[in-house]
Amino acid sequence: MGHPTMKWLVSLVGAALLALTSVAAAKDVTLSFYYPVAVGGPIPKIIDGYVADFEKDNPGIAIKAIYAGTYQDTLVKALTALKSGEPPDIAVLLSTDMFTLIDEDAIAPFDDLLRTDDDKAWLKSFYPAFMENSQTGGKTWGIPFQRSTIVMYWNKDAFKAAGLDPDKAPDTWDELVADGKKLVQRDASGNVSRWAVEIPSTSFTYWLFQGLTTANNVRLMNSAGTQTAFDAPGVVGALQFWVDLSSKDKIQPPGVIEWGTTPKDFFEKKTAIMWTSTGNLTNVRKNASFPFGVAMLPAHQGRGSPTGGGNFYFFKKMSDDERAAAFKFVKWMTSPERAADWGIQTGYVAVRPDAWDTAAMKTYIADFPAAAVARDQLKYAVAELSTHDNQRVTKALNDGIQAALAGAKTPQQAMQDAQAEAVRVLRPYQ
Amino acid sequence: MHGPETKLATAVVPPPRWRVSPQIHGWLLLLPASVLLATFTHFPAVATIIDSFYSTPKGRRAAVLVGADNYQAMLADPVFWRAVSNNIVYAASVIPLTMALALAMALWVNGRIPGRPFLRLSFFTPTVLPMIAVANIWLFFYAPGYGLLDQMLGALGVPTPNWLGDQHTALICLIAVAVWKDAGFFMIFYLAALQQVSPQLAEAAAIEGASRWYFFRRVTFPLLMPTTLFVLINAIINSFRLIDHVVVMTQGGPDNATALLLFYIYEAGFKFWDTAYAATLTVVLLALLAFFALGQFVVLDRRIHYQ
Repeated sequence: MGHPTMKWLVSLVGAALLALTSVAAAKDVTLSFYYPVAVGGPIPKIIDGYVADFEKDNPGIAIKAIYAGTYQDTLVKALTALKSGEPPDIAVLLSTDMFTLIDEDAIAPFDDLLRTDDDKAWLKSFYPAFMENSQTGGKTWGIPFQRSTIVMYWNKDAFKAAGLDPDKAPDTWDELVADGKKLVQRDASGNVSRWAVEIPSTSFTYWLFQGLTTANNVRLMNSAGTQTAFDAPGVVGALQFWVDLSSKDKIQPPGVIEWGTTPKDFFEKKTAIMWTSTGNLTNVRKNASFPFGVAMLPAHQGRGSPTGGGNFYFFKKMSDDERAAAFKFVKWMTSPERAADWGIQTGYVAVRPDAWDTAAMKTYIADFPAAAVARDQLKYAVAELSTHDNQRVTKALNDGIQAALAGAKTPQQAMQDAQAEAVRVLRPYQ
Repeated sequence: MHGPETKLATAVVPPPRWRVSPQIHGWLLLLPASVLLATFTHFPAVATIIDSFYSTPKGRRAAVLVGADNYQAMLADPVFWRAVSNNIVYAASVIPLTMALALAMALWVNGRIPGRPFLRLSFFTPTVLPMIAVANIWLFFYAPGYGLLDQMLGALGVPTPNWLGDQHTALICLIAVAVWKDAGFFMIFYLAALQQVSPQLAEAAAIEGASRWYFFRRVTFPLLMPTTLFVLINAIINSFRLIDHVVVMTQGGPDNATALLLFYIYEAGFKFWDTAYAATLTVVLLALLAFFALGQFVVLDRRIHYQ
């Protein structure tokens, strides 16, 4: 790892110097660019390096990259800036914020910028699974950039100790329960010292839940973002399975499981299996003191995981020149080489198939095959839950799931209540 | 610096033709403060009340007057009532616990005990830490399995709940963090007040044969009342104002078990982007705080003996 890091550092310093010298030169177009940081690592440094490289390749365009906090902070900053009349030109925001941004009349679609065949081919170059959260009503509103999916991490030592094949993760729900019963460790007084599995249920509750509903072959919403199906039998069944992991099978801790501490539980060997974002890959690689594996989420009626993460958006208040320059920047940022480099440095899934054919990515995968699991799972991936008035609808679902997991409501009741609230919230958009 | 030259110069300048009347002079002196107060306190408060009678502007749809619609929606919103009842439970536990603990700690470190500076420092440390940092530390105290709490109770063989993941314990956990965080801060005020109490009173009481408890109840505590009022006001404000730990530790979950009023306002305003509804909730919070403040200054003030 030492050598490439050094090379990267040298190029970064070079880029920074270039950026300093080029600031003095006159720029024709200046664009402001808000971006969030949601995973570990020196993200602002990487982004500044990219921006400097881009400015070197494209004299006449200056990009003012502004680190704006978490996804939530960045959205708040962008929308309050919009309301004060000075929105950013480009922003990376959650793909699920698409409907919110459209409803606020904040963003412009990309379609009229796609003039050449090259441009049209570029738009088709992304994984279709990532485009599901980027298009609605026949228009493209977001361009995939830092995207992820859910994968299952497992502790190979724990599997070996339980008499299971350490190189084979449970591939179906039934196997998960069967293996799980062997993986749970109890002490003399019956207290659990190691759980089999943890599916976190705070922060991104609905997202993890989609890992179960997708495997149960149900979709939570329509692509227009106006209807949800929280009370469909398959959805209730998926929630029942999740609740049963704790209450019936007793292989998962009871109650709500904190998203933030789940990786730590895994490192501390308090759980043999965890579900979390591919964005945690680099974190796990650094901190797990035991051999671990990465697998696709187990299948049931079907297989799959929701996608997640952030897209590029263009705000409306741009002149044609600025839009053309911004388009150039986004195309440059999502080129195969850039997408591969971004994926390697952060753990995000490179957003287009040809990024995985680059030399850099092939070397990386040869050294760390687990990184390819997320890519292979993409063909089963579905859109992350996103509707109009997204956060309210999401909250209704999150509250319902948590109530069921905490034992306050039956899965049936919880999902009926969540659906009723979603219908109420979405009524103005019908 | 300029010395005599300046004096000479001023002597030459003719006296001003007009004089500013003392009233205008006074108002001019008040102007900077009143502009700040009006811009950042009074104007937003009034604007909030006005906004609460309009709909939320969205994109091209401008805000329209909707009368009491937002208030009706609020009264029908179960999450609002949950946040209100949570906040009442939270305030009713945090305020007395914090104040009692602060007073007890102050009485203790006011006495002559070895290592007194260190004890005072250790009681005060939580105050210095930012709430965000405190909440992140406590998040791991409460972690099921290997968290500090579970390790201690586990060693005794006591079964432990999933502290933050259980609807019955999550709010209690947040209350404990708030008490731990604020008690040291309020202790400083009590300590300062205790040091103002004349030692002659204690000597006189000792000669009269008063017990320590009697002395505390009839002399020390009444003398501390002004401090108690100050601490009480601050504790009440804090219990409605500080939500950093909710954001870090539970985000209001599980199923709104730890949603406090201000947290719900934040959600409505900056997650749902329903600014009108957020304004409506804010009016409720404003009214609540105004009610408490009035109650304190009007009712309690009469019973307090200022030296």
